Amino acid sequence: MQKIAAPIQGLIEEFAKLPGIGPKTAQRLTFFLLRSPEDQVTRLADALRRLKTDIVTCSTCFNIAASDPCAICGDPERDQSLICVVEEPLDVLAIEKTGIFRGTFHVLHGALSPVEGIGPKDLRIEELIQRARTTDLREIILATNPNYEGDYTATHIAQALQPSAIKITRLARGLPLGGDLEYADEGTLARALEGRRTFE
Amino acid sequence: MANERVYRAEGMVLRRIDYGEADRILTIFTREQGKIRAIAKGARKTTSRLAGYIELLNRTHFMLAAGRDLSIVTQGEIRERYEHLSRTYWHATAGYYIAEAIDRALEDREPQTAVYTLACATLQRLNADAAAWLSDPVPANKAGPAARGWAAVRNFEIQLLDLLGYRPAFHHCVVCESALQPVEQNGFNAELGGAVCPACARYAQRTLPLLTLKVLRLIQVTDWAALPVMRLDTRTRDDVDGVLQQLLTHHLDHALRSWNALHHTT
Repeated sequence: MQKIAAPIQGLIEEFAKLPGIGPKTAQRLTFFLLRSPEDQVTRLADALRRLKTDIVTCSTCFNIAASDPCAICGDPERDQSLICVVEEPLDVLAIEKTGIFRGTFHVLHGALSPVEGIGPKDLRIEELIQRARTTDLREIILATNPNYEGDYTATHIAQALQPSAIKITRLARGLPLGGDLEYADEGTLARALEGRRTFE
Repeated sequence: MANERVYRAEGMVLRRIDYGEADRILTIFTREQGKIRAIAKGARKTTSRLAGYIELLNRTHFMLAAGRDLSIVTQGEIRERYEHLSRTYWHATAGYYIAEAIDRALEDREPQTAVYTLACATLQRLNADAAAWLSDPVPANKAGPAARGWAAVRNFEIQLLDLLGYRPAFHHCVVCESALQPVEQNGFNAELGGAVCPACARYAQRTLPLLTLKVLRLIQVTDWAALPVMRLDTRTRDDVDGVLQQLLTHHLDHALRSWNALHHTT
């Protein structure tokens, strides 16, 4: 005999599939929605549906967007000769939040990992090379993560882009704001020393 | 030591996967305890104190707290950084390959000090080779993987097989046990574990040209410091690569995924 009504059980099971949500949290969320006003639940349902129906991949930068080209690629104010290469769409958000980058993006959708079987063909690397060949570019910023996988991906892209007149740069690395020198690891500290700047 | 709550271990991270909001789960190959699994909490945040210590392959002193399934990384101190490794594509791929081979070859919590020493030595060699490759002013020398780096990976494969108890036979026939003659008609069989003589050719899975056999023998019996720089043609290199890959695939019950990436990278 079923103890909980099927629609409730169904929603609990769907919630429980989400990352970081266990059966108890799934139950709590379901009963929270059950007690919520109907228009709030409808808005959530609409937002969920639109996530799949109204989202496209930008054919230029491969970011997920509401239109193709996306808001950034289609913006005449943005510097089209400057491309910032990132691993994930969330990295675009992080860089946009700084408010100082006025160029465009290229989203790879992952990092190379020979052990996981992720090769250059599984990422949007060939598209980046095409873009570099067909667009008049000034600079490509390799903003993959500052770790072995990210460096590996950046090294591959830099080699694949050669020979080329485009300036290829990598994000600087060093000490985080609000950090404590004593706790910095040797690798980060060494890079911070290498990349030190004249005090202004 | 294992029943102490907090313990110390020297090791290298072989693999890491993202977990939860900002954690990483690590496979660490330690000198003292073999392969262990540990979690580095919050390690994906830029302000994490741990992030810099859990990079792949660096030789690091870890402080760990024993947990039920996973140990928890509490502190780290890097003993040796292979900083040039990730600066060339071939050497970085080789780093991945070494990590994958060890991860596949060893069981959890099985101390393998000799394999650990071999891994550290190989990474030092690759790091030195990457530095030499990067500073080489002659562009033509950069057309393929550096000769020394290639030999370091092959040396690692042969020594690893040896340490796992699968020393391949390159001096006598694995079928009739007669000493191999310096002829072109020898063969090779990975399942039988080595070379086969022309009289037992029906057991051969592939041919074993004389130069390939000589190179394999040389790498197997020569100390690294005494190993001469070998300038080999692509065919012989591919042949040596192929023989060792067949042996590893057979003994590890699994083809190593990064082998393809390494083999096709220049």
